[in-house]
Amino acid sequence: MKALRDVWADTLIALANDDDRIVVLDGDLANSTKADKFAAAHPDRFLEMGIAEQNMVGVAVGMATLGFVPWLSSFTVFFTHRAVDPIRMLVAQTNANVKIGAAYSGLMTGFTGKTHQDVEDLAIMRAMPQMTVLAPADQYECAAMIRWASNYRGPVYLRLTRDGSADVFGADYQFTLGEVRPLRQGKHALLISTGPQSVRCLEAANELAKQQLDVGVLHIPSIKPLNEAALLEVCSAYELIFTVEEHSVFGGLGGLVAELLSENSPRRVIRYGIEDKWGESAPNDFLLDKYGLSALQVSQRIAKDFKKK
Amino acid sequence: MSSVSANDSDYSELEELSRRGRWLVLSTVAGSGAGHVGGPMSAMDLLISLFFRGMDIRPEEPGWPERDRFILSKGHAAIGLYTVMALRGFFPVEELKTFDKGNSRLQGHPDVTKLPGLETSTGSLGMGLSVGIGFALGAQRKQQGFHSFVMIGDGELQEGMVWEGLHLAPRYQLGNLTAILDSNGLQQFGWLKHQDGDGRGDRRDPWNNVDLAAIFAHLGWRVVEIDGHSFDEILPAIGESKAQPLHGPPTMIIAHTLKGKGLSFTEGKFEWHSKVANQDELDVARRELQIVEASK
Repeated sequence: MKALRDVWADTLIALANDDDRIVVLDGDLANSTKADKFAAAHPDRFLEMGIAEQNMVGVAVGMATLGFVPWLSSFTVFFTHRAVDPIRMLVAQTNANVKIGAAYSGLMTGFTGKTHQDVEDLAIMRAMPQMTVLAPADQYECAAMIRWASNYRGPVYLRLTRDGSADVFGADYQFTLGEVRPLRQGKHALLISTGPQSVRCLEAANELAKQQLDVGVLHIPSIKPLNEAALLEVCSAYELIFTVEEHSVFGGLGGLVAELLSENSPRRVIRYGIEDKWGESAPNDFLLDKYGLSALQVSQRIAKDFKKK
Repeated sequence: MSSVSANDSDYSELEELSRRGRWLVLSTVAGSGAGHVGGPMSAMDLLISLFFRGMDIRPEEPGWPERDRFILSKGHAAIGLYTVMALRGFFPVEELKTFDKGNSRLQGHPDVTKLPGLETSTGSLGMGLSVGIGFALGAQRKQQGFHSFVMIGDGELQEGMVWEGLHLAPRYQLGNLTAILDSNGLQQFGWLKHQDGDGRGDRRDPWNNVDLAAIFAHLGWRVVEIDGHSFDEILPAIGESKAQPLHGPPTMIIAHTLKGKGLSFTEGKFEWHSKVANQDELDVARRELQIVEASK
């Protein structure tokens, strides 16, 4: 287990050793996002932009036209809400080679509460043409995505959580854009998830197995683009789908899966996530429990919902 | 007209280009049935100066790495930029007829993915300065000698994102960056009489007599104020900007202009922010701008 913010910083430090195009632009949050480690390792490649996220996005776009690969450092909520207009017009609409390190995504934002808990980001970012939207589950996938993104030519939104989760992949992990990652085969139902929530879903599946409920788990690392045929193929073996995300039940992973299945292969999809509520300041475990996303909560909810079906 | 004379102290060539540019703005908007007029008119002399004298550019090679960059941050004045680019030889003047007509390289707001010669996309206001800062920062780091110009509107200046850039650029001592404020005294709708303390009621002045020059100077910019319709003032201002040391204060040229400049019926009229001229107005314009071609 390694906190994804440390993975982000450490991976960029290593990449920048060999790739002089990489620069990091920070919105006065480097000690939270861990861009400060990058600043210490590569002081000439770190550019402080101040508490001015919209300008930071524009500056990155300008630098990208000159061949730099700018990674942006700020909290998810400030990218997808405050700076969404320049991300839309300057990054997505021009296909700019800018990489958004969206830190502190989801619920677990270090006690900062609802103002900082962005659980609408996937709904917003996946609706943007030309945007690539990635949500790694663990440190190995995260590092691989960062390496991939730094060499990919185009806009990338990388959903980073502050902390880490248990590892589910290994150091040999290879990232392929769009592909889905089955974590567990099952038969009674399929859990589809993304980010570190996928790991909690795997834990939930193991818990459910003790109750003779055999659920599959499918991790979606690449929200956009997505190999839709591959997703549909995995779903075809199950009558009941649960989507589970550290995100609103509106428009994120649940929306994506419901859209695809209803059009191509209709079956029941039950969405777990943040149910049209704002968050609050609390420890991580408290939040996961209260908002029904801990491994235990997920397993209990599925057991109950499965009986009701 | 694509040739550029090296020394033109009587400005008649530039004046003719500006008249022709203003005619093309008015007639193209009329022909396409939509578009912005007042803003392109106020910016025309500045644009002609930049594209025909001030900037080192190659219309036949828009991607030339050492080219000076220009960003029209007030992107709704796109037809003004397109007109000047066409006159300068980036594409045929004939292509202006495709403006806003679907499947066109000439989008209502500048689209960098469609038209070679544009440096970024604009349209949502307040963003161009940030991209210009990125150009200037990148140029310094790569030791490239080009200069970056960003034209901002005075209404646009109300957008907070511009002020993020105004704070940051002097910090990074971007002497290779020049912002040009097209201070034409109007915006789209403006400030009605009962909203304005001193009762002016004529919608004028997006900045309500605020001393912008002092503010910019206090933020660390090198400030130059000019008459934005006098080539005698515009050309030296651009030249001096380009001659600034690479590491030093960025330049802010406050160009005092008139929205709708150049035509009796558009000057100072907020209604001409975006408007389609009728046949009578086109005839008046042809006369006032001394346009001889009947078909245009």
